[in-house]
Amino acid sequence: MNSNQLQHQVLYMRRSLFDQGYLDSEQLIQLEDLQDDANPNFVEEVVSLFYSDSARLIQNIEQTLSNRPVDFSRLDDILHQFKGSCSSIGAKKVKDACSQFREYCNAGNAEGCSRSFQLIKQEYETLRRRLESYFQMVKQAKAA
Amino acid sequence: MNLNNDKGSMSTASSSVTVSDQFPAGLRVLVVDDDPTCLRILEKMLGTCLYEVTKCNRAEIALDMLRTNKNGYDIVISDVHMPDMDGFKLLEQVGLEMDLPVIMMSADDSKQVVMKGVTHGACDYLIKPVRIEALKNIWQHVVRKRKNEWKDLEQSGSVEEGDRQPKPSEEADYSSSANEGNWRTSKRRKDEEEEMEERDDTSTLKKPRVVWSVELHQQFVSAVNQLGIDKAVPKKILELMNVPGLTRENVASHLQKYRLYLRRLSGVSPHQGNSFISSHSQEPPYGSLSSLSGLDFQTLAATGQIPAQSLATLQAAGLARSAAKPGLPMPLVDQRNIFSFDNQKLRFGEGQPQHMSSGKQMNLLHGIPTTMDSKQLVNLHHSAQSLGSLNMQASAHGNPSGQSSPLLMQMAQPQSRGQILTETSGGQVPRLPTSVGHPILSNGAAGAMLARNGIGENSRGTGYNSVSQTSSVLNFPLNHSAELPGNSFPLGSTPGISAGMSTLTTKGGFQEEINSDIKGSGGFMPSYDIFNDLQQHKPHNWELQNVGFAFDASQHSNSLQASVDVTPSVLVNQGYSSSPRNVQNSSVSAMGKPIFSVGEGSEHGNALNVGQHLNSLLVDNSTRVKSERVTDTSCQPTLLPQHFGQEDLMSAILKQQQDGLGPAENDFEFDGYSLDNIPV
Repeated sequence: MNSNQLQHQVLYMRRSLFDQGYLDSEQLIQLEDLQDDANPNFVEEVVSLFYSDSARLIQNIEQTLSNRPVDFSRLDDILHQFKGSCSSIGAKKVKDACSQFREYCNAGNAEGCSRSFQLIKQEYETLRRRLESYFQMVKQAKAA
Repeated sequence: MNLNNDKGSMSTASSSVTVSDQFPAGLRVLVVDDDPTCLRILEKMLGTCLYEVTKCNRAEIALDMLRTNKNGYDIVISDVHMPDMDGFKLLEQVGLEMDLPVIMMSADDSKQVVMKGVTHGACDYLIKPVRIEALKNIWQHVVRKRKNEWKDLEQSGSVEEGDRQPKPSEEADYSSSANEGNWRTSKRRKDEEEEMEERDDTSTLKKPRVVWSVELHQQFVSAVNQLGIDKAVPKKILELMNVPGLTRENVASHLQKYRLYLRRLSGVSPHQGNSFISSHSQEPPYGSLSSLSGLDFQTLAATGQIPAQSLATLQAAGLARSAAKPGLPMPLVDQRNIFSFDNQKLRFGEGQPQHMSSGKQMNLLHGIPTTMDSKQLVNLHHSAQSLGSLNMQASAHGNPSGQSSPLLMQMAQPQSRGQILTETSGGQVPRLPTSVGHPILSNGAAGAMLARNGIGENSRGTGYNSVSQTSSVLNFPLNHSAELPGNSFPLGSTPGISAGMSTLTTKGGFQEEINSDIKGSGGFMPSYDIFNDLQQHKPHNWELQNVGFAFDASQHSNSLQASVDVTPSVLVNQGYSSSPRNVQNSSVSAMGKPIFSVGEGSEHGNALNVGQHLNSLLVDNSTRVKSERVTDTSCQPTLLPQHFGQEDLMSAILKQQQDGLGPAENDFEFDGYSLDNIPV
């Protein structure tokens, strides 16, 4: 693809991420605004940071959920952190899944929590793939 | 605490506002969050706002950093949920220990959590994800806090001397830790509220304030004594005083303050009392004080400027002090003496320039509300002495202002001027052990102490330092206010010395102005020390400026001359006594610039805060009795006293005052002095 096409591709991917609710446009734009010559890949950097840190959180949730009895307050804590992280990069779908989880958590519904957790993981991975493609496309377009 | 603390982060160059032109660029932010993603984003955002960012992912580490580098940060942003420590706990700790503004943030926007932030003292609460727009304005919290601290200082300054700082501030940078707590936490400012309001430069009001001149206060005290302190009710006092234009309300509020003052004297807080006592025991703080006084008085007497009566009063005060000594908190009686001024013998007149017998020395301090620790007294004393010597020396130049300037300058100089002072004075003034450099200065208490001590207190070199330290000075006003009624019982505020001075001025021929100035005396005292310091150290340019400024305001030709020459202590201590009001003001202003700012210029004396008083003294030419207008604004800028370094603030304040002084009218007959001549 030529430069123009690449650019279009980038825009298209970006649009989809927003329209499909994966990413919060406002937050992404905020992060993009922080990019400068000193940090040209700031957004990507932050997203990477998110994923590496949240992996730890995911693990904690996993573990806490598997314990009996389920420690809901601890779950709520972790979810709170996770939710905060998600909002930092504008990971909308993941964040919504977290909210759902928390509701079950507050209700003391371990089953509901488990299901929600599956959804969280799903969205979490989907977003990762989408963003990876997106960043790759951005790089290509830039290079072109 | 080091008054000087870093002036680095923000330059306080600007005149009225003590922020640098680049402000808020360079604002030092400490951001605490266990979420690395969020932390990184915040760091970048804050950097974009041109702030100086420090990241931290653990609350404990953050606290350590704050503790080890007390003045290293201007504001803290912290997450609410953190694994190692609850964000609110961190918030509390920071508020208690460093008194920095703290912004909380969280993804949780529920009302309860936000409310918790408010109740725990967070100055703001941000919902995650945090937008850069929200961060752009966080500097306002820093400014606001400083401003409030400043005001607090001013208010409490006159009444009590507690030292604080810092205050805030921080904050308290300017106040020594001891003081800081005092004025900061002290809420006795209630009665200062009115003063506060008046001082508030932002508020437009200013209902006419009654300036409690020395005479007026004397009348008040005698009325109270006549009625009996228990039976003294405002209405009756008013009747007895029979002062036209004085309202029952004025009397009532003054009475309130007076009562506080008395309570303080009789039941000196352990801290204060002890220090006082201890200072006594170490060596007669009075001694030094007296020496100073002696010096001053002598000179004054010599010049004929100070009426014997005044001297006597001072002396008496001092004497009374000595009598009361060791371990005696200023008894009420003494206090009364001071206030009454009239039964003292003039003893100072003959005292050697250097030393007055210790007994004498006590006098001066005596009767002064001992809000200050002994150390403070010592410092004051010391300062006083130094000042005295300095003044004496300065007088040679024949430039009263000159003297003042140095004094002022000294004030500006932070710390340890004491030693210099000693040297400067040419050994005239024996080096009195300065009890405390800091404490004294710290707010109000310090102020009071200073005032008192100024005269002869044994102030060690450090004493001066404290005084000179901006914080001290600043604190002084604050403390004073706390201690002394805002109206600055002339006597009250400046223990003994003020009283003495007042007397002097009154009697002596110092014009009323002086008295009026004295009113602010509280302010003076400290200034006294400051002057000493100033004298000792090469005044900073700005200081000089200010000084000159102040002096100009008060032109008081004769008196000035006399006062200047006479006794630095007199001048200084009382700040007003000898020198024309302006001079006094100068010192005052010099002292606590920040403080001054509060009361800048215009109003005289009443400022509860010494600082305020100081300001008024400086600028204020208006009379005392009339309502004064306290211009808080003038000094207001104190915004970031702590961070901006005392000097900056002082300069700013002085500058302001300077501006304000210009037009100040001189009630007194003093001719204008120009500070230019002041030898530095």
